[in-house]
Amino acid sequence: MSDDTLFARVKEEAHRSNPYPLFAALRECPVSRQEDGTYVAATHAAIASLLHDPRVSSETLPPADRPKTGNPFKDWLVKPVRDHITDTHRPFIFRDPPDHDTLRAAVMHQFTHQRVQAMRARSHVLVDEILNKLGDARSIDIVDDLAYPLPVTVICELLGVPPEDEEQFHGWATQLATALEPDTHQDDELRAENSRTFDAISEYMQGLIAQKRKAPQDDMLSGLATEGTDGAPRMSDFDLIATAILMLVAGHETTVNLITNGMLTLLRHPEELRRLREDPSRAPRVVEELLRFEPPVQFRTRKALCPITHGGVTIPESAPLVLLLAAGNRDPEVYAEPERFDPDRTDNRHLGFGGSLHYCVGAPLARFEVEAALVALVRRLKNPRLTADPPPYRQGSALRGPKHLRLTIDGIDP
Amino acid sequence: MSERPPSVEPNPDPQPSGGPLRVTVDLNLCQAYAQCCYAAPDHFVLNGREALHYDPAPSAAARADIERARIACPVQAIHVEDAGTAHR
Amino acid sequence: MSGAETRTVVVGASLAGLRGAESLRKSGFAGSLTIVGDEPHPPYDRPPLSKAVLTGEIAADATTLPNLVALDATWRLGVPATRLDRVRRTITLQGGETLAYDRLLVATGASARAWPDADQARLEGVFTLRGRDDAQALRHALTASPGHVLVIGGGFIGCEVAASCRTLDLPVTLVETGATLLARVLGQHLGSVVEAMHKRRGVTIRTGVKVKALEDDGTGRVMRACLGDGTAIPADVVVVALGAVRNTAWLEGSGLSFDEGGLDCDADGYALDTDGQADTHIAAAGDVARFPHPLYPGHPIALEHWGHAVAQGARAGRILAGHAAEPYAEVPAFWSSQNGITIKSVGLTEGADGFVIARGDPKEGRFLAVYGRAGRCVAAVAFDCARWLPAYAERIAAGAPFPPEPGGVDAGTFTILPLAFPEPAHEDEA
Repeated sequence: MSDDTLFARVKEEAHRSNPYPLFAALRECPVSRQEDGTYVAATHAAIASLLHDPRVSSETLPPADRPKTGNPFKDWLVKPVRDHITDTHRPFIFRDPPDHDTLRAAVMHQFTHQRVQAMRARSHVLVDEILNKLGDARSIDIVDDLAYPLPVTVICELLGVPPEDEEQFHGWATQLATALEPDTHQDDELRAENSRTFDAISEYMQGLIAQKRKAPQDDMLSGLATEGTDGAPRMSDFDLIATAILMLVAGHETTVNLITNGMLTLLRHPEELRRLREDPSRAPRVVEELLRFEPPVQFRTRKALCPITHGGVTIPESAPLVLLLAAGNRDPEVYAEPERFDPDRTDNRHLGFGGSLHYCVGAPLARFEVEAALVALVRRLKNPRLTADPPPYRQGSALRGPKHLRLTIDGIDP
Repeated sequence: MSERPPSVEPNPDPQPSGGPLRVTVDLNLCQAYAQCCYAAPDHFVLNGREALHYDPAPSAAARADIERARIACPVQAIHVEDAGTAHR
Repeated sequence: MSGAETRTVVVGASLAGLRGAESLRKSGFAGSLTIVGDEPHPPYDRPPLSKAVLTGEIAADATTLPNLVALDATWRLGVPATRLDRVRRTITLQGGETLAYDRLLVATGASARAWPDADQARLEGVFTLRGRDDAQALRHALTASPGHVLVIGGGFIGCEVAASCRTLDLPVTLVETGATLLARVLGQHLGSVVEAMHKRRGVTIRTGVKVKALEDDGTGRVMRACLGDGTAIPADVVVVALGAVRNTAWLEGSGLSFDEGGLDCDADGYALDTDGQADTHIAAAGDVARFPHPLYPGHPIALEHWGHAVAQGARAGRILAGHAAEPYAEVPAFWSSQNGITIKSVGLTEGADGFVIARGDPKEGRFLAVYGRAGRCVAAVAFDCARWLPAYAERIAAGAPFPPEPGGVDAGTFTILPLAFPEPAHEDEA
């Protein structure tokens, strides 16, 4: 008999630093029902299967139901129309085909390998600039000093968002990322706050898009705002805003955790840190194993469109379905010694970037950024030591990572 | 995926059979995630939505990129033999 | 059984032979290993031969397969095996040399079915496409700016060759006796979708008619093809793409059960003799092996699929190395790429009694069809939507009900459509 409070405990902050024993318990059943009616898929096979299952929908957000303003004109006329628009023009991670495919294709059309390769080179330059600025510091917070600013700068440059506006949308991004956390829908206050944030960031994006139309530059937002793909018209303004926000938030809230989890993991495995320092060509293996071992996106929530039977459990229609990617990544049915960090493992079909239609768009960019960051950190930081292990964690359980990762160092090599 | 890298123009003449690396991709497994195309754009290209074209005999200079592509493949469909460490 | 004195011979330096040999070593086989191949080349990859090799993207000799496990093998390339003596446990090679074996893997594959008239088949400009040398010769002919290419046979190879010709901007006509291209595999409904795709790319298609004769210009060079309806098509390159026959002739006199459709095997993968008894010294894998598949009861099948050669080769290696036989129930799978469209299939459509468009829309060029037989899903075919396919492979393996449950994202109307497979009577005629 499985314990149907396991997933509730995953969400508790007390388990943030090490949720993996809970994941192991959840893996006892490939798919289990939790007491709140959520279903959790925890084995690699079940997750991989459900990721590809067309009966599983990504349209998980309930329709807008926002607090009234008190102004009857707004509440009865303006808001319903606007709410309808935001409901029907969600970013494509919350959409199913065929709309998902069309929107994603437009983004991929702009996300060229040339742009990614340019950002790969740029990441190395940015990392060095950031470290150089720290001078002869004797301590470093990996999160604030590097893991946050690097991906933010990269996504801003790629999209064509002015870096001086960063301060403004830093808070917005953090706020909107809570949409991926499982209990957001139940929390009225949080939803109201998200709704206000969405309005603010939409207005910002609208202005930026207008500028890009007037004076297009060589960036993704200009491309999305001015061209369609294959003769198809460009996406609607509402979809464009939603897409731009998605990319900006994704660039803010995921890679930061992969870099930080990476440095933390290397410090906990000094032999691997030493090997990476001596042989930077190991970086791709290290990053891929990190995506298995400490994935920044620990789970995603979907919805069953009709009853789905898996491993003897029937997920009822409309039930929320959690795909516990980070648990599948440590499934002993798939991995030898799954709890061991081993960059040399072969056949690493990890679920760190999800899979099937919604496979992470930014995956290649994230890999290059994290490689650049880790290679520079292990090469340049002199004698790095953790000041706290475990470090303090951010609140999120879906997007999981340290809030700070403070290291004591003996200096920074040039 | 709808990834749309530029299409490959046929060469008027075949490339020489190339370097010491041997690459094959299990195209049954391939789901066109295009991670190889980002890792090693000179050696892997998606033609159309899902048709992966790849260089089966890359030069030794491409070793790091090919290895990066192999590691990044979400379905682990890329097999590489390095004649530098020949088995035959 | 896998002691150092044991001798294993692999006949067929093919994908199945190579993966079988690798599997033997991985499974702990420590004895001597000899790999015999009739072609002078080390094992190479066939799928690019009708695509990237013809268009010149890659050279024919760049298709050599990666070798993934240290083999420590003796290679006998360019020498076909001509005889199998199961009493003495020897194989005779062309030239008379004999090789003794304790364990034998038969992976001799298949050959292109030749044009039925031998004199016409020998005309200059008439090609078949199976091996690396065939591809190189055809590539050479296509680079000489032929005035018109004729492809005989609208199966996957014929379709891919026609698509490659259009990529090279060559005028090409495809002649198929059936009602549509690919009708035998996909049914006429989807066959006509493929046909429309080729027509848009500029392939001239003649269906429901057969090529009666190939005529030369008086110097032994092919010049035109005469069709059953009295018309003629000028052609200076003719590609005969009429399917394959299994390379089993060398087994004559061995006492094994075989014909041009394959070497018969039992469910464990061992070769069967004419009395139906398994010879546990001999396994077969790849195109040449005809075996009972648990998902497709009724009659044994021989699959010409890349993934099957890999999987069955690996399994044959394990049993020859002395591991216990295991049931083989891999869901058949293949891909084809034509005109930049990727067609992927899982399961077998043969014998299906209906199909549904389960996702997408053929008009959009992106869709997935599920085939059913007697109320069970037996196959799924995806056009440019490979990421849906694994879900259907699972259902086929599980024998899930057909039509599949409705209610998925991007679901079609789920109307069961007739397949209209062609009558088998004419199938071997050109």
